[in-house]
This record gives sequence, C-alpha cells and structure tokens, in this order.
Amino acid sequence: MITDELIKNNRMVDGELPARVVSAKTTLIKRLIGIWQARELLLFLIRKELKVKYKGSILGFLWSMLNPAIVLGVYYVVFKYFLKSAIPDFALFLFSGLIVWNFFSAALQGSASSVVGAAGIVKKVSFPREVLPLAQVGTALFFFCLQSLVLIMFLAGFQFAPAWSYLPLVLFGLIDLVILAAGIGIFLSALNVSLRDIEHLIQVLLQAWFWGAPIIYSYNTVYDLFLRHPSVKWLATVYLADPITPIILAFQRALYGHVTYVSLNPVAKVVSGHLTYVNQKVTNIVLATYPYHFLAELLVIVLFAAIAIFIGAVKYFGNVEGNFAEEL
Amino acid sequence: MNPAIEIRGVSKRFRLYHEKYTSLKERVIHAGHVPYEEFWALKDIEADIDSGKTIGILGRNGSGKSTLLKCLAGILQPTSGDVVIRGQLAAMLELGAGFQPELSGRDNVYLNASLLGFTKKDIDKRFDDIVAFAELEKFIDNQVKYYSSGMYVRLGFAVAVNVDPDVLLVDEVLAVGDERFQRKCMERVQEFQRDGRTIVVVSHSPDMMRQTCDRVMVIDRGELITFSPPGEAIRAFRDRLVDSGFEPNDDVGETLKDGVSSSIFNIKKRVVQIENITFSYPGMEDRNYIVTGEPLEVRVMLKVSETILGASFNLTLISENGGILFTSDAGTSISGLTLESGDRVLSFRFENVPLLDGRFGVNIDIRDTGGVVLDISEQSAYFEVMNPGRAVGVVAMPLSINVSAPDSSPIWQLAQ
Repeated sequence: MITDELIKNNRMVDGELPARVVSAKTTLIKRLIGIWQARELLLFLIRKELKVKYKGSILGFLWSMLNPAIVLGVYYVVFKYFLKSAIPDFALFLFSGLIVWNFFSAALQGSASSVVGAAGIVKKVSFPREVLPLAQVGTALFFFCLQSLVLIMFLAGFQFAPAWSYLPLVLFGLIDLVILAAGIGIFLSALNVSLRDIEHLIQVLLQAWFWGAPIIYSYNTVYDLFLRHPSVKWLATVYLADPITPIILAFQRALYGHVTYVSLNPVAKVVSGHLTYVNQKVTNIVLATYPYHFLAELLVIVLFAAIAIFIGAVKYFGNVEGNFAEEL
Repeated sequence: MNPAIEIRGVSKRFRLYHEKYTSLKERVIHAGHVPYEEFWALKDIEADIDSGKTIGILGRNGSGKSTLLKCLAGILQPTSGDVVIRGQLAAMLELGAGFQPELSGRDNVYLNASLLGFTKKDIDKRFDDIVAFAELEKFIDNQVKYYSSGMYVRLGFAVAVNVDPDVLLVDEVLAVGDERFQRKCMERVQEFQRDGRTIVVVSHSPDMMRQTCDRVMVIDRGELITFSPPGEAIRAFRDRLVDSGFEPNDDVGETLKDGVSSSIFNIKKRVVQIENITFSYPGMEDRNYIVTGEPLEVRVMLKVSETILGASFNLTLISENGGILFTSDAGTSISGLTLESGDRVLSFRFENVPLLDGRFGVNIDIRDTGGVVLDISEQSAYFEVMNPGRAVGVVAMPLSINVSAPDSSPIWQLAQ
C-alpha cells in the first residue's frame, strides 16, 4: 500500500505535463494561484461586461456618467439650497466622497449576483469562479476611473487645487477600497448561491451604509455630536471602524482639501447695556483635523482588515464552491 | 508514461432536498430541519487513464457518468477522493458555453477559449484556424445573436478543438451541425487520437464507443462496473441493462406462437415436450457469452412419449428488438429424422456465429411430417455475443480490401 502511494506520488512529481488536481479540499494558496492564473480571463470578463452593458444604447458609456451626475446634482441642490449645508464648495465635497461610494456600491451589487447570474457557465465550464465577482469589481473600477477623469476636469475647471501632499493617500485608499470590495464581493457572491436574498438584502444595506458614511455630511458633524455627549464617545470609534469611512476621509482630505473655513456668524453680545448681534469671524471645521500620519495609520488598519476579509472570503468561497454546480 | 488522468477513490454525494429553501424567510421558518436525502452519485471510482488513449464512459441515464465527467472537468468537486489531470484540459460539456449573444463572434472566441483556460497568446495564434474550422470567416465580427444555431455550435466546437488541449473531455456533443460538419468533427477527433492526445467521451451509445474508444468504463448506479476494451465493456453494459429490468423483448416466444397458432400450431396431444435449451461453446466455463466467430451448439432437451417418424426441427434466431434474424426453413432443411421415445437431446450446431454484439433469442419448434407443430419452445432461451472488434451492426461479415492498378491481380487484405 505504502509503496503504491509512493509510486503514485513520484509519478505526480515526475510528470512532464503540469498536473491539476480536482479534490474536495484545495488550499488557500492554490486558490489564490488559480485566481492569479485566470487574470487574462478576468480582463476578458470585464471587457465583456463593459461591452454588453451599453451595447445597443446610443449614449453608451455616457449612461455610466449620467447616473452619478444626476445623483450628484440632486444631492447638491437639496443639501446646498434646501437644507443649507454650510460646507463651502459643497459640490466638490460631495463628489470626492461619492466617487468612493459609487465604486463600492456598484462593486458589491454587481458581485452579489455574479455567480448566480453566470449559472450557465458555472455549470458547464471549470475555471476559478472567484473571477466572476472580481470581474464586477473590475467593471466598477473602470467606471471609477471614468468618474475620476470627470473629477479631475471638475477640479481644473474650478481651478481648485487639491491638497497635493495628501494625494498619496488617495492611491493608498484606492488599494484598500479595491481589496475590501473584492473581499466582500467574493463573500456575497458565494452566499447568494445558497441564500438568494443576499442580492436584495445588499441593496437595502447599502442604502443604510451610505448614510452612515460621511459623504453628504461632514465627518466633523458626527464627531462633534459624539464629543458633546461624552457618554457615547465610544461611538466615535465604532464610527471610524466602518472601513469605508477612513477611505472616504482620505479622499476628501486630498481632493477637497478644506479642513476649516471661516464664516461670519451673528453672535449675541451686550454692547453698552443692550443686547445686539454682532457678526463675528468663526472658524468652522469641515473635515477631521487628523494629521497625515493618523489618516495613513487608519488606512493601514483598513488594509489589514481588507486583506483579512479577502482571505476569509476566498476560504469561504472555496468551501462552498463544490456545491455551486448543484445548487444553481 | 504517467497516466493522463488518475481517478483516485472519487465519490460524490448529492443532497436531494425535498424542497429547496433558498430564501431567508424560508430558512428561518425551516431552520434546523431541511429535509433531504443523501444520494451517492459516484461511489469510490478508481481508474487510471493512460495518456494518448480514447476512453468512453458508458452508462444509462442517471448512472453517474456525467457526474464523473464533471468531476474530471473540475466543475464538480468530489465529496472524497481526487482527480489528477496532466496537461491542458478542454471540456466540451456544452458547446459555446458562456457565449454572449451581444458580443461578436471574435470576442466570444476569446472569451470562451479563455474560460477553457487558454491564454490570449494561444488564442491569437490559433484564431484564424478556429474561424476557418467553424467556416465563419464572413460572420466573425457579427454579433452571435444573429448566428443560426448551427453556426453557434460550430464556433463552440471550433474553439474547443483548436486550442490544442492535451486532454479533451466530450459529453455527447459530437453530433452537431450538418452531416458534413459532423464528419469534420470526427476527423478532428481521429486526428487528436493520432496526435496521442487523451480523450474521454461520455455517451450512452455503445456503437459510438465501439468505433472510437480504446477502453470503456461502464458506470451503473455510481459504481464502476468494468474498465475494459469496448467489446467486453459493452457486454457488461448490456448485462446491467438486463439486470435492471430492461429485458429484451420477452414476447418473442409469444409472438411466434401467435403467428403460427391460427393455422398450424395446434397441439392436440403433447407427444414431444421441449424441456429446456442450453448453449455450449468454447470457454463456456469462464464466461457466459460467446465471442463473434466462435462455434455454438444449441442443445435442446426433449421428452418424447411416442416415437415420431419424419419429424422436422426448426431453429429461429431472434434479435433483441424482436425481429427474426434467421430461421432454418421449416420442414426442408432438417427433416425426416426419427425421434424415438424417451429423453432425447436435439443439437443444432453453428460452425461460427457471424453475429456482432447483443443478446439473441433462440426458439425451437418441432413438427411432424405434415408440418403440424408438435411443440415450440415457450420461453426464448438467450445467448449473448461479445464483439471484440470495431464493427458495428448485427452481422459479422469478414471483409477483404484491395487497392491496385486495374491490370494487376488483387492482393486481398482482411479488414480488421
């Protein structure tokens, strides 16, 4: 028996052709290698997504810009004029946070249904199935790039200088964002196979998550609130624990750049026995006043968290993948 | 040489849910007790497939043959055991799987080939061959949704066979397109065989297996029954069919009786009774079938109560589907024999059985001088023939072939 086994193992080692093993258990490393080897397939799938999505529509890719543009416009009008947001250059503030969220939300929604949506090929062809959610993340990344171009034109058009020294944080934040979205996306796509609610649930959750992140309001508003109520100060930590928040903060800090602004606020004063209002210069805080290194540290923590989520997701995916062909 | 595919103790369990709960609400309601039955689609399959061989997987519907192929292809993961595949694999479980109707043929070729695991460089190199093979030069930049179904599968097949796999897995998809394209596909498969590539074909057609495969696995109820040359394997397959109730036509005896009863089948008094029918052939101790070309003796035990002068004996061979293959002309061929009373053995002998594969029924009838049937075997006795060769059909007809100049005398070569 033992010799038989040895011979078999030797044969495996000596085989002149690359051997592939199909078995119930594959290691994490093998899965990651498999994903890496399928990178060309990933590119083809992304290209397919992009081509198919706007095929036959006259405006084509413009649609991908129109949706965020309208969201941006509506929020701008509502919050600037109806709700009187005091944040200066509100459109830019909004844009620099929204661009992160648009990517995140599109990537998650796309990946959640990616495996179920590709049932036809999952049942008939063998390939690392993780590329299906990853292709959705890649597609979202493409649209992120398009929106970034618009944002750059925006900045140039208004002659608005970003905070140059903080720009490396944008790149860092983007890396975090992609890994995070990929991890959650892979997890959701696998979960959605056995629990089809996920693709609907995620839309609702994303709605709540959107308002939980400092995109429309400034981080400082929330932070102030926590500070004013010391009993719930720990909530500030919880708030920052949302992995998307530090990324958004980094984007806002680098692209929007106003940490503070000065406004003239009427202040009640007793002048010669009479109570009158006097306009006084008040320094308001928009963004967190965190220094560069603190933001960078937050992003490092998010990076570790994102990698942990990604690895956990690939593991989970690997455990349930064997049943995909049966369950679809 | 390493085997191209090693199947090592592969088992696959399916859970058959009485009702599948895939929504959160249902999950909560039925939390903890989702009723299911376990079903082993494959049980401990163990086989090595040598490189360069063409292997068939034969089985009835639901026998587990497609599950095995999917495990080989890596689409399903075995519950236990593993499969080692050496070399680049292409699986044709569905032609054009993943084709996007909105994309052009060109884009789909790249997408499909890359799904099969080939690199862009491979595809670039072979793109023209693929298009030429599919005969779609004019339409390659059209959207696939405008393709006819024939064009669609042609392109799918062309991708799978032109991207140079070492191991090809095929699931009964060879019959695609029109006749000419089918021929082209078969040629390509033969070319693959000559190149020494490994091919695994799943089918429930024994004839196709016999023609193309070197060895055949027979799978029944998830178990590997045999892994042997096509002839033996097909016989084992037929055995299984019979075991599980796919009896060859049992009415044969009845039909024959019905056919003659109105006129001549009219036994007033049983003077002769056929007790049983047995077969003897070389090697009968070792196996329960004969091999094409072997002699066969049919022995009929008779109980004769009155001596009969001028009796005639008739043997009829019946094919699996109930048709008469052969019948010795009643009353003329073997007649005028005297049948003495007592136990008698009536023997028929075929010098060689020129039958190919299958289960054949034998009916015997005995008549008197006037052609009145004295007895007819009530139940057909069966013998089985195993054809070790490639020929398909019912009758083995030794065939010689010669090619020469018109004026030279032919040198005949016996075809295999």
